Amino acid sequence: MTFNKLSLCVAMSFCVAVPALAEIDLSGSWAAINDEDSMERGAGPNPADWAGLPFNEAGRAKAVSYEQSIISMPERICWFQTQWHIAAGPFSLRMWAQPDPLTGRVQAWVIGAWETRAPMTIWMDGRPHPSKDAPHDQTGFTTGVWNGNELIATTTHIKSGYIRRNGAPSSDEATITTHFRRHGDLLTVALFMDDPVYLTEPYVLTRSYNLSTNPVAIGGPPCIVGDEGVEEGRVPHYVPGENPLLEEMTKLYGIPPEAALGGAETMYPEFRDKIKDKFVLPAQCKRNCGAGGGGGAN
Amino acid sequence: MRISNRTLMQLMLLVGLLTVQTGLYAQGRGGRGGGAAAPAQSAKAAAPIDLTGYWVSVITEDWRYRMVTPSKGDFQGVPMTAAARTIAMAWDPAKEASSGDVCKSYGAPALLRVPGRLHLTWGDDNTLRMDSDTGKQTRLFHFGDWKSPGGPPTLQGDSTADWERSGGGGRGGGGGRGGAAGGPPPTDGSLKVVTTNLKGGFLRKNGVPYSDKTTVTEYFDLMKEPTGDPMFVVTIITADPMYLSRNFVITSQYKKEASDAKWKPTECSATW
Repeated sequence: MTFNKLSLCVAMSFCVAVPALAEIDLSGSWAAINDEDSMERGAGPNPADWAGLPFNEAGRAKAVSYEQSIISMPERICWFQTQWHIAAGPFSLRMWAQPDPLTGRVQAWVIGAWETRAPMTIWMDGRPHPSKDAPHDQTGFTTGVWNGNELIATTTHIKSGYIRRNGAPSSDEATITTHFRRHGDLLTVALFMDDPVYLTEPYVLTRSYNLSTNPVAIGGPPCIVGDEGVEEGRVPHYVPGENPLLEEMTKLYGIPPEAALGGAETMYPEFRDKIKDKFVLPAQCKRNCGAGGGGGAN
Repeated sequence: MRISNRTLMQLMLLVGLLTVQTGLYAQGRGGRGGGAAAPAQSAKAAAPIDLTGYWVSVITEDWRYRMVTPSKGDFQGVPMTAAARTIAMAWDPAKEASSGDVCKSYGAPALLRVPGRLHLTWGDDNTLRMDSDTGKQTRLFHFGDWKSPGGPPTLQGDSTADWERSGGGGRGGGGGRGGAAGGPPPTDGSLKVVTTNLKGGFLRKNGVPYSDKTTVTEYFDLMKEPTGDPMFVVTIITADPMYLSRNFVITSQYKKEASDAKWKPTECSATW
């Protein structure tokens, strides 16, 4: 045998053995634990609650113009959410490894679709992201790398969408970075949204899942466009100064309006000093209080 | 150059062995399964991640339960038992403020939900210390074979800690569990902390209770923001057979700060 052949054999031995040291199996059905942001992930957030969002002025202006019935426009009823919906929605995950048919190595990790979200295919084979001029869609394009036991996925080429389901926008220039960390039967997922158009700094949400023996359904029934009361051609929105819901958080929870309008400062402890004297503790929770039953797992 | 098939087999075997060794190292450096003769390695020396420094909480989740005081009866997300609901519905902020025990919402199950800053340092080679500026609390994470001295339950309880490592979650560090010696330290892993012997308190400031039967398990993961700045995410699992109908699971994130410039110790408050 020649030295070149030997070198090839040695190199192949490393190729086969090394990945097992730095990877972890993420496959299975992961039941969402929605104890955190329970209402935001379940029924949906309160209108005009953008506290804790690092908006810039453009992001805030777009959110303030949002009218919820926009999603009932016939052309939007079956509109997919972006991959951010993993964080913003309540749904469980089903993950599997897609092998390369020739080598058997993991070519991609896949998170199955939900009825309002396309599958996320995380390419692990080193392929590059498409050109910045390539078409965008709600699915986007995702690649992944391992950092020890942590899978880090980077998603680009998404269309504009929402980062909170009450009109807080994300742009088509946004990048989503998703970190997967497994601790036994517990999966922690951290998602970062970096959006130069609507955010002043990255926005992070973290979610937890339990490994489940009950298979998580993927996909869903086909979406059928029906009449949800918004006539064709109308685009529901509020013009500046006419959103009637901007004081909703103040009425319900005594939270000052400047907090509800978001901005990076609302994410940090110092902001409490700013609103301390304006906050009015309601005598009792009036709406969306929860029954104390927890967010549960889906 | 020609090499016999026998030599080739030997070389392949050597490569395989080296690879397995590397794998064992990654899984068990400083862990239980290593060679008996290896020198003990402290938790500090074996740390696969560096959590020391100043950290600020980033409040993007459960905002209205954390940044302001939630109103009575606002229990979204907490899997409370009927007994817990009864207690929480009797919450009276004025009474709490004058009770002389205003730190009930700063105990270990809730402390990392409180907006504020943390300072992590090594108290000694096997004890990681966490101080909070808000509420001025201190938690001690004991590695190795540390045993609780006993005594009455406390707000921060007794915490044991372990490093979880890449490649299978082997335990490591902690003075004397043995382990492979030599080679560079692993660069990835997590901190696992289990806390017991807790005095009862509040999961939320509005009187959502936890009992002295509570156990808290936490996983600290170090990540990088898209900006490249370090951030740790802690997953907090609270189990309480008295007041929770199942485990309560939440996560908090903290961004690293360069200095103590914004460190601002403040007393506990029962109402803010």
